[in-house]
Amino acid sequence: MPTELALTLIWSLPFLAAVIAMAMPAGARNGEAWLAGTVAAVGLVLTILLFPQVADGGVVHSTITWMPAYGLDLAFRMDGLAWLFCVLVTFIGLLVVLYARYYMSPKDPIARFYALFLAFMGAMLGLVMSGNIIQLAIFWELTSLVSFLLIGYWYHRSDARDGARMALVITGTGGLALFVAMMLIGHIVGSYDIDVVLASGRLIAEHPLYPVTLILFLLAAFTKSAQFPFQFWLPNAMTAPTPVSAYLHSATMVKAGVFLMTRFWPVMAGTDMWFWIVTYGGLATLLFGAYAALFQRDLKGLLAYSTISHLGLITTLLGMGTPLAAVAAIFHIANHATFKASLFMAVGIIDHETGTRDVRKLSGLRRSMPFTATLAIIASGAMAGVPLLNGFLSKEMFFTETAIYDPNVFVNLSLPIVATLAGMLSVAYSIKFVHGVFFGPEPTGLEKTPHEPPALMRRPIELLVLACLAVGIIPGITIGPYLAAAVVSVLGGDTPYYSLSVWHGFNLPLIMSIIALLGGVAIYVPYYRRLRGIDGDPLLRGLRGQRIFERLLITATNRWARKMVSVFGTQRLQPQIFIVVLLALAAGVGAGWARMGNLPLPSSFDPVLGLVWIVGGVSALAAAWQAKFHRLAAMILMGGAGLATCITFAWFSAPDLALTQLLAEIATTVLILLGLRWLPKRLPVPEDISIGMRLRRYRDVILAAAVGLGTGLASYAIMTRQAPEGISEFFLANAYTEGGGTNVVNVMLVDFRGFDTLGEITVLGVVALTVFGLLRRFRPAPDSADRPEQQRVQADFAEAQGSANVAADFLRIPALIMNWMFPVVMTVAIYMFLRGHDLPGGGFIAGIVMSLGFILQYMAGGTRWVEDRLRILPVLWIGWGLLIALLTGLGAMALGFPFLTSAFAYADIPLIGKVPMATALLFDLGVFALVVGATVLMLIALAHQSIRRPKPASTPQPRKREGLDTWN
Amino acid sequence: MSLAILHWSLFASQLMLGLAMLAALWRIVSGPRAQDRILALDALYVVALLLLVTLGIRTNSQVYFEIAMLIALLGFVGTVALAKFLMRGEVIE
Repeated sequence: MPTELALTLIWSLPFLAAVIAMAMPAGARNGEAWLAGTVAAVGLVLTILLFPQVADGGVVHSTITWMPAYGLDLAFRMDGLAWLFCVLVTFIGLLVVLYARYYMSPKDPIARFYALFLAFMGAMLGLVMSGNIIQLAIFWELTSLVSFLLIGYWYHRSDARDGARMALVITGTGGLALFVAMMLIGHIVGSYDIDVVLASGRLIAEHPLYPVTLILFLLAAFTKSAQFPFQFWLPNAMTAPTPVSAYLHSATMVKAGVFLMTRFWPVMAGTDMWFWIVTYGGLATLLFGAYAALFQRDLKGLLAYSTISHLGLITTLLGMGTPLAAVAAIFHIANHATFKASLFMAVGIIDHETGTRDVRKLSGLRRSMPFTATLAIIASGAMAGVPLLNGFLSKEMFFTETAIYDPNVFVNLSLPIVATLAGMLSVAYSIKFVHGVFFGPEPTGLEKTPHEPPALMRRPIELLVLACLAVGIIPGITIGPYLAAAVVSVLGGDTPYYSLSVWHGFNLPLIMSIIALLGGVAIYVPYYRRLRGIDGDPLLRGLRGQRIFERLLITATNRWARKMVSVFGTQRLQPQIFIVVLLALAAGVGAGWARMGNLPLPSSFDPVLGLVWIVGGVSALAAAWQAKFHRLAAMILMGGAGLATCITFAWFSAPDLALTQLLAEIATTVLILLGLRWLPKRLPVPEDISIGMRLRRYRDVILAAAVGLGTGLASYAIMTRQAPEGISEFFLANAYTEGGGTNVVNVMLVDFRGFDTLGEITVLGVVALTVFGLLRRFRPAPDSADRPEQQRVQADFAEAQGSANVAADFLRIPALIMNWMFPVVMTVAIYMFLRGHDLPGGGFIAGIVMSLGFILQYMAGGTRWVEDRLRILPVLWIGWGLLIALLTGLGAMALGFPFLTSAFAYADIPLIGKVPMATALLFDLGVFALVVGATVLMLIALAHQSIRRPKPASTPQPRKREGLDTWN
Repeated sequence: MSLAILHWSLFASQLMLGLAMLAALWRIVSGPRAQDRILALDALYVVALLLLVTLGIRTNSQVYFEIAMLIALLGFVGTVALAKFLMRGEVIE
C-alpha cells in the first residue's frame, strides 16, 4: 500500500501544488519557489526510495479504477526506465526551481510561472509513469499544452507567441498521431495495458497494420523530439524564459519522444522499416543540428541546435535495433540531460549578468565570471565528448555501434562517417561556445558590467557539472546500477553485457573520437573570426523549415479557409436553414422509407380529444402564419396550442407532464412578453411581392409541410408498434421498493436518474447566469429604447388631468388580488413539493409555481415596489440549490454508498401523521431552489431593463469587405 | 342505469366543452383585435379547466382536479401579463 501511495503522490502532488501556486499572492517569489522546490524534492525522495523495488527489472503498480469494462483505468507503473526519467524530471526540476528563483524578475507574473512549471512536471511524470497507453497519449498532450503556455510565458512579445504557436501546432499534430497509433496498438494487442503491450513480443511488428502504426508513432516521437524534418520548432521555442528552456527543451519534454521510442522499442523496433526511418532520420538530425549549431550567434540558439543534434544521436542509436545501441541510447539520455541543463543555465546567467546572449558582443568573460566560466567549460567538454566526462562515454558507445560491420555497403560506410563528421562539428561548436564567450579580450559595449551571479544561482550548475564529472570518471559506481535497472526494464532477458569503463583499449571508436576532437579544432581554428560574425549557416540559409511551415500554415488556415468560405459559405440565414432542414428531411426519408411497413388504422376514436386536437393544430398553424408580422397574436395562438398539449398529456394519464407543461406554458408566456417589448419594430410589409420571392415562399412552405408530415408519420409508425422491452418496466417495478416513492416519474428524476438531474440543473443554472450576464449590457434596438407608446400617451393624459401617478391606478383590483395570492401560491408550491415523491408534483413543478408567485408580485406592483419590500436573491437560490443537491449525493458517499444513493423512511410528525421521508426529498429541495432561482433570475433580469433604461444600440454598419481583407 | 346516465351526460358535456373550445379558437384566430384574442385565450383556459374536471369524474381520479386547480389558480397569470402588455406596453414596470 505505501508503494501505491508513493506512486500516486509522485504524479499528483505537482498538479495539486500547481493549483496552490496559482492562488498564491503576486509577490510571493520565495513562497512559490519553496512550494515548487518542496514538491520536486518530495518527488525525488519518493522516487529514490522506490529504487530497490525496480532494481532488478521489477515493476511497481498503482491503479485507480475508472471504467474497467472498457479497460480504461488511471494506471501508473514504475520500472527502471520510468524510474530514471522520474529522477531526471524531479532532480533537474528541483535545480531549475532554485535557479528560476534568481533568474525570474520580480516584475514577471511569478505565480503563473510556477503553476505552469509544476503542472508540466506533473504531466511529464504522468507520461513516463503511465500504465495505460491511452493515458500516456493524454499526458503527452498535456505536456504539449503546458509547454505551449510556458514558451508563450512572455506573451506580450510576438516572437514568444509565434514560437509557442509553432511548438503547439507541431507537437499537437504529433500528439494526435500518437493517439491514433495507441488506439491501433490497442486494437492489435487487444489491451491498452502497457504491460500487456510490452509482453506481446513480435505481435505488433508482424501485424498488417504495422506500417501505419509505425508511421503515426514515429510522427509523434519525431515531432516531440524535434527530429528532422520537424526540428525547426525547437530553436523558435527558445523565446521561453531560460529556466523553461533548461528544463523543457533540454532535459525533459524533448526527451519524451525518445522516451516513447525506448518504451516501445521491444515491440516496435527490429524491422527494416524501423531501421531505415529511425536511423537515418536520426542521422540527418544529428548532422544537421551539429552543422546549424556552428553558425548560431544566439547562445541559446546554439544550444538548441546542439540539443537537436544530440536527440538525433539518441534516435539513431534507437534505430539501429541492437540491444547495445539501446543501452547507449538510454545512457546518453541521462548524460545529455545533465550537461545540457547546466549549459542552458550558464547561458541564462550570462544573459542575466551581461544583458545579451549574442556571441558577437561577448568575449573574455572568464575574467569577470571565473566560476561560471569553469563550470560552463566542463559542461561544454561533456557536450563535445571530451574524455573523463560523461558525454565521452555515451559518445564512445555510439561510435562503437556505428562502426559495427554491416553487410550493406551504404550502411557500413554512412553510419561511421556521418557520426565522425557530426562529432567534429559538435566539437567545433563547443569550442565556439567556450572560446567565443569566455576567452579573448574584455567585452566592450555591454549594457551591464558582467559579474558573478548570486552563489545560490550557480549551485544547480555546480551540482550538474559534478554529476558530469562523477559519471565520466567513475561510471560504474555512480550510474551503473541505475542504468542497469533502466536497461533491464527495456531489454528484459536480452540484456547484453556492456562495459561502462573509461578505457577500452586502442580501438576503432577511440580513433573516431580522436579524429572528431582534432577535426573539430581543425574546423574552428582557421575560421573562428568568420564564424563569430555569421548568423545562420551559409549553405541552407534559404531553406528554412520555419518559413516553409509558416507558408503552409497561412495557405491552409487563411487562403484555403477563405476559399472554402467563399465557395460554401453564405451570410444569409435562410438558405442555411433551408439546407439544414432539407438534409434532415432527406436523412429521415432515407432512414425511414424502407422500414415504414404497413401502418394500422386507429382502433378507436375519442371525439372530444379530436376536438382538442383540432384546437391545438389550428392554433399552431395560425401561430406559424402570424409569426412574421403579428407577434402578439402568434404568441396567444401558441398559448392555445400549448394548452391543447397539456390536455392531451392529462388525457393519456400523464398528470406530471400535464402539470409541467401548463406551468412552463404560463412562465414562457410572461418571459416572451418581457422580451417582446424590446424587439425592434417590424418594417412595413411591401404590398407587391416579386414572383421570385413568392416562389421561394411556396418552396419553403412545401418543405416545412413535408418535414412536419414526415415527423408525424414517423411518430405514428412508432406509436402504433409494440414498444420494445425497455428499462421502463424496471422503473415501474422498483420505484417503491428501491426509491421509496409511488410517483415513478419523480423517483426517476431524483433517484434512479439522479445523476442526470444533477447535470441538468447545473446546466439550467449556467444558462440562467449566462442570460443574466448577457442582459447586463443589453442594448435594445433604437426604436424600442424609449418608453412604450402607451405609457407616454397615458402620462401626457395624466399630466393634462393633473393626476400624479397614473401607473398605480391601472389594474388596481387585479393587482390587489395578485398581492393576496402570494401566500396561497407559496402554500401550493410547498404542497406540490412535499407530496412529489408519491403523487404528481416534485421539485421542478414546485419551483415553477414558486417563481410564478414572485412574478405575480412583480407584475402587480412593479419592480421598485417589490424590491423595496422583498429581497429575492436568485443567484443565492441557484447556488444553494446546487450545493444541497450535491451535498445530498456526497452524504451518501460519506456513509459508504455510491454517489446519490437515497434512503427513505417514514417519519411520525404530530398532527400530520406518518410522512414518508426520503433523502431524495433533500435532493429535490436542491432542484426546487435551483429552478426558482434560475427562473426568477431570468425574468427579473429582463424586467430590470425597464428601470435601467438601457442605451440603444448604434445602428448596424454594413460590413466592409476591404477591412476584412487587410485584417487578414 | 345511473352509471349509463353519468356516462352519457359526461360524454355530452365533454363534447359541448370541446365545441366551446372550437368557438374560443374561432375568436383567437379571427380576432380582430388583440383584446379579443386575449379574452378568448382566457376562455380557452377556463374551458380546459372544466374539461379536466369532467375527465376527473370520468376516470374517477383526483389528480385531474389538481391540474384544474392549478389552472384556476395560475391560468390567469398569462392573461394578466398580456393585458398589461397591451395597456402599458410592458409586463413589469
